Amino acid sequence: MELDRTKLLDAYRRMKTIREFEERLHVEIATGEIPGFTHLYAGQEAVAVGVCAELTDEDYIVSTHRGHGHCIAKGCDVTGMMKEIYGRRDGLCKGKGGSMHIADFDKGMLGANAIVGGGPPLAVGAAIACQLRRPASGEGRVSVAFGGDGSCNQGTVFEAMNLAVVLGVPTIFVFENNGYSEHTGADYAVGSKDITARSAAFGMPAERVDGSDFFAVHAAMQRAVARARSGAGPSTIEATTTRFYGHFEGDPQNYRAKGEIERQRATMDCLARFRATVAADGSIAAAELDAIDRAVLLEIDAAVSAARAAPMPSESELTTDVYISY
Amino acid sequence: MPQLSMRDAINQALHQEMERDPRVIVLGEDVSGGAGGTSGQREASGGIFGVTKGLLPRFGAGRVIDTPISESAIVGAAAGAALAGLRPVAELMFADFVGVCMDQIYNQVAKFRYMFGGKSACPVVIRMAMGAGMNMGAQHSQAIYGLLTAIPGLKVVVPSNARDAKGLLIEAIRDDDPVVFFEHKALYPRKCEVPEEPFRVRFGEASLLREGADATVVAIGRMVVFAEKALDALAKEGVSCDLIDPRTTSPLDEETILESLENTGRLVVVDESPPRCSVAADIAALAAGRGFGSLKAPVVQVTAPHTPVPFSPALERAYVPGPQRIEAAIRQVLGRNR
Ligand SMILES: Cc1ncc(C[n+]2csc(CCOP(=O)(O)OP(=O)(O)O)c2C)c(N)n1
Ligand SMILES: [Mg+2]
Repeated sequence: MELDRTKLLDAYRRMKTIREFEERLHVEIATGEIPGFTHLYAGQEAVAVGVCAELTDEDYIVSTHRGHGHCIAKGCDVTGMMKEIYGRRDGLCKGKGGSMHIADFDKGMLGANAIVGGGPPLAVGAAIACQLRRPASGEGRVSVAFGGDGSCNQGTVFEAMNLAVVLGVPTIFVFENNGYSEHTGADYAVGSKDITARSAAFGMPAERVDGSDFFAVHAAMQRAVARARSGAGPSTIEATTTRFYGHFEGDPQNYRAKGEIERQRATMDCLARFRATVAADGSIAAAELDAIDRAVLLEIDAAVSAARAAPMPSESELTTDVYISY
Repeated sequence: MPQLSMRDAINQALHQEMERDPRVIVLGEDVSGGAGGTSGQREASGGIFGVTKGLLPRFGAGRVIDTPISESAIVGAAAGAALAGLRPVAELMFADFVGVCMDQIYNQVAKFRYMFGGKSACPVVIRMAMGAGMNMGAQHSQAIYGLLTAIPGLKVVVPSNARDAKGLLIEAIRDDDPVVFFEHKALYPRKCEVPEEPFRVRFGEASLLREGADATVVAIGRMVVFAEKALDALAKEGVSCDLIDPRTTSPLDEETILESLENTGRLVVVDESPPRCSVAADIAALAAGRGFGSLKAPVVQVTAPHTPVPFSPALERAYVPGPQRIEAAIRQVLGRNR
């Protein structure tokens, strides 16, 4: 299925929203106003959006510590997210979660996760629910487990992949290979240096795509989601990508070669590549994308202003949302 | 005597023990950093808190091992290496990740010596950063020493200052039992005088940090710092208390606590964990049992609430037991409630 103009414009808007959200956070974090530590998704937008473009609110995703992009791609409210990151009362999780724990169940977003490898088993469970509720004829719902190259070395992830294959449930494992887990290179930590082959060895279709090419990610996701919805079981997509910032804000990144980020920003920018593709086939005029850029800037600006003006949670909230308080 | 931060004191202990004993190895995620990076620079981090800096250049990648994100394998491999004669120091970046590798700690490491009829020693140290106060959220902020204190076979260390941290870590590395070593993130930059030469702080020996007549305050880890603040404030009103830092929650120095209680008759226990089945509850039970005859007032426990750690600074501030709550608890145990 080709994406129509509306969907293409929507995909671009979401990628741009993620980029602007993260670029702005980079600036705001430097002011010291944002609590905790934050992992920016800038550079990887085409993965989240290429995958989530095939999902509805009834499909599930589980996310990671680097989760802002997944949230936005799945349709989470940007202002609610910003308020959460600022620790405010009406953030998406009342300020109790923070950057690493944003969840929005109405959107099928089952939560970012600060435990590396914590999410994939949850995605398999969600897929069991999808499979049980599968209509007798027609398409079922699916779950997506986002994870990094580092996460694929965690035992829980192996277990989840095997279980998904054993049960034949509709989970799509998406490994965003940005080359690093914290300060360690993927070529060191992934022993075989090949996440796709490793995933295939569990007994499911697995393919590697260029994660800075929205169209490539989306095409792979279309194949995986078609299998999952039709009851043909799980798949893996490994998307090679890069992060434009450090592991977390404040990371000096001594492990990266000088000029690497500049080079990657020049050659692996998914927004620029999207623009080039649609310009080449004439499907969308640059002016339309420029208009989106301007609108997104205003939206993020408004989200930051709203977050900064929003009230903090009151102390009484400390002991709510838990079954009992001693 | 030189002033060292707790970070540097632990780092110094690791250097000195690795120097002294070639069987000591260090393994964990990014303990050096930079492996497989594009800059070619090894030791890109030296641990995300900088605690293991300098070890790789000095002792090499054979003894300073960067691992993939695989906590079960980290702890299990450390234990296996210990069974085979090494003295590994494994690092979990955050104490919260104990959840991932609990079997290796709880069913493997802790049980070997007893279950194998005393035939094996498992001299492994598992270091981990813990604690709330830095807005790191529910999965990066917990103080879970109580959970591990409950496991027979493990020794559990919770230092409150740089000097003790050094002496306790050296003791931990030389000890033949498995030791879980909790480092409060907020204590890493705090400095005090630390002897340059290697020294040992014995397990099961509490330190009596202050002496006073009115009550006994037992505080653990970072809570010691807050208890001192509370006691400073109360000193202005003429209140003086014993302040006891158990330093190890397993073994626990029961005698020092009971002796103090005999003198004061009143006990406040301060613990950063939630209250149920906690170290605070354990010490309160000690007072209610062997210490019963000394008690002049109900024991007061100051703990975190029975909730996960919240993210928002507004909530986390209220979560962590601070000086004001400790001060109020001491007033309460003295019957001086306003
Ligand atoms: C169980 C567990 N171990 C370690 C960490 C610390 N940690 C957080 S993110 C990270 C690296 C993750 O790398 P990767 O999966 O490649 O994701 P990326 O950060 O590149 O998005 C590590 C080691 C953690 N949060 N949870
Ligand atoms: Mg990565």
